[in-house]
Amino acid sequence: MNRLKRLFEHKQERVLSIYFTAGFPAKDDTLTIMQALEQAGADIIEIGMPYSDPIADGPTIQESNLQALANGMDMETLFGQLEEMRQTVSLPVVLMGYLNPIMQYGEERFCARCQELGIDGLIIPDLPISLYLEQYQALFNQYGLSNTFLISPQTSEERIREIDQHSDGFIYMVSSHAITGAKASISEEQIAYFERVAAMQLKNPRLIGFGISDAYTFTTASRYSHGAIIGSAFIKVLAGSRNLEADIHEYIQNVIKQA
Amino acid sequence: MIEIKVDEKGFYGNFGGAYIPEMLHPNIEELRLNYEAIIAEPDFQETFHSLLRDFVGRPTPLYLAERLSEKFGAKIYLKREDLCHTGAHKVNNTIGQIILAKKLGKKRIIAETGAGQHGVATATVCALMGMECTVYMGALDIERQRPNVERMKILGAKVVPATSGSKTLKDATNEAMRQWINNPVDTHYIIGSVVGPHPYPEMVARFQSVISAEIKAQLLEKEGRDYPDAVIACVGGGSNAAGAFYHYYNDPRVRLIAVEAAGLGISSGKSAATTALGTPGVLHGSKTLLMQTKDGQVVEPHSISAGLDYPGIGPVHAHLFESGRGEFIAVEDDDAMRAGIALSRTEGIIPAIETSHALHALSLMEYKPGDVLVINLSGRGDKDLDTYIKWGKY
Repeated sequence: MNRLKRLFEHKQERVLSIYFTAGFPAKDDTLTIMQALEQAGADIIEIGMPYSDPIADGPTIQESNLQALANGMDMETLFGQLEEMRQTVSLPVVLMGYLNPIMQYGEERFCARCQELGIDGLIIPDLPISLYLEQYQALFNQYGLSNTFLISPQTSEERIREIDQHSDGFIYMVSSHAITGAKASISEEQIAYFERVAAMQLKNPRLIGFGISDAYTFTTASRYSHGAIIGSAFIKVLAGSRNLEADIHEYIQNVIKQA
Repeated sequence: MIEIKVDEKGFYGNFGGAYIPEMLHPNIEELRLNYEAIIAEPDFQETFHSLLRDFVGRPTPLYLAERLSEKFGAKIYLKREDLCHTGAHKVNNTIGQIILAKKLGKKRIIAETGAGQHGVATATVCALMGMECTVYMGALDIERQRPNVERMKILGAKVVPATSGSKTLKDATNEAMRQWINNPVDTHYIIGSVVGPHPYPEMVARFQSVISAEIKAQLLEKEGRDYPDAVIACVGGGSNAAGAFYHYYNDPRVRLIAVEAAGLGISSGKSAATTALGTPGVLHGSKTLLMQTKDGQVVEPHSISAGLDYPGIGPVHAHLFESGRGEFIAVEDDDAMRAGIALSRTEGIIPAIETSHALHALSLMEYKPGDVLVINLSGRGDKDLDTYIKWGKY
């Protein structure tokens, strides 16, 4: 069974998903970061596949993408780094990235490789649901990969229902100020949006994926959803770190401690 | 012959579509569902055409370049888009989109720009309509194109540098898309070329198609037939070419010659000849031909002309190339510059360096003596004076 589904079967609150860009800060940090995340108490690992033109990401993640590429990262290098991951990492692992590098690798070859390595799901921000249903759904299913869609406050109820129907991992909620990037607090407008979606009784769990950076924002977001995703704030921790294991441990522990 | 036409999902053959983050879906869907109906409204048409006439200065002349014709042994007409207000064809599209944005109730306009021509054309129509305007421009291009930056500021626009990546047009486009994601409700994004997610490529081509509509009427008057033997235009993203080809897409009597920038040479590693070097991929919301690495990372292009310095090409042009309907020629920096100087001396017209690429195609293409050729003279060279001076060989 897919590790994402298993996770949400026994944990429905305060699920913490952490995003980092593969190959950042140094090319071979990928597995070290994953192991540290597991030991520190994260629930899901999202690995960003570096891309030259990440249009749905803010400055911090853009910079980490460019740095990773400058470090010499490519898809084959990433798969090489993940070759042995299932010997030490048992958390669900999701790959996040843009469609073009996947197309160039070859969609079926990509999915087969993901399955072989024990990847549980994909998040591809520039793959809209219509194209997913036409061209990718059967393929992802064949290789046991969950697909996660993003929704925003502008996403209509009808479309949220459609996305829910065709999702089988979790739903990734972003705000209207939706480019990824850590923000200090959560506004009332955002809370109204969380409550509106919570009231829809969707079949998929919901993770809130923006503006989450610390224990307070994580706890607040978790009150209206199954948990939250941290990206930019975590990249900043990595960028300034001289001891990845210790710094990751300290950061994650601080986020998940009960206020 | 294959039909050149967009389908309901926004594809021209294998290229096009709308590969967009979900956050942009409401904006794109709003446009897709409304633009055709709005454009068809008599009120829209009236405003659009009166502004093109009285504000832009259309119709632009179709000028028989006699000395150039004599030199090449063909009958060469220049479609004088360089005489449009703001100095290039770009304004045809910004006029159309600003009226559309008003009808959609938008309050703010954002745009990307490379050399600054589209930025100036956008700032101009925003001033005309009293709308707030922000233009994203690569930090490197801001340095290279100072006069256009100042023109935009004089017109009241805010110019924001894109500081990621190569700091040029591609990055400015990324930044404009990010800002649109962040301001989805009150903002319209005026894309400057026939690129981006559906319906942009077709919508921009429709606004630019006034060029070929006029060519037809003008040729009928001058030649007694409404079609030439060939239309020649330069292609970066491809908006002036799409406009000049539009009403001839499906007329087999007319050759469509698209001229790309070879930079320092197609195999020099410093080129922007997308059809020669590109493979199918997705950039800025559509599937098209794209200069990229084996790993799917977008490659930095190079051209002496900032307006052709783009790693992709509009999906309709990718289709014209793949289907064989269009003939694609690549012209190197130096040859383009010489063709620009030659036109200046033969006809007294200093062309934009983008356009100079199309002019050099006359030396590379085959044609029969006496053929009627129309070159779309997409812009004037005022903005390029610095580049001409630095190049120096005149």
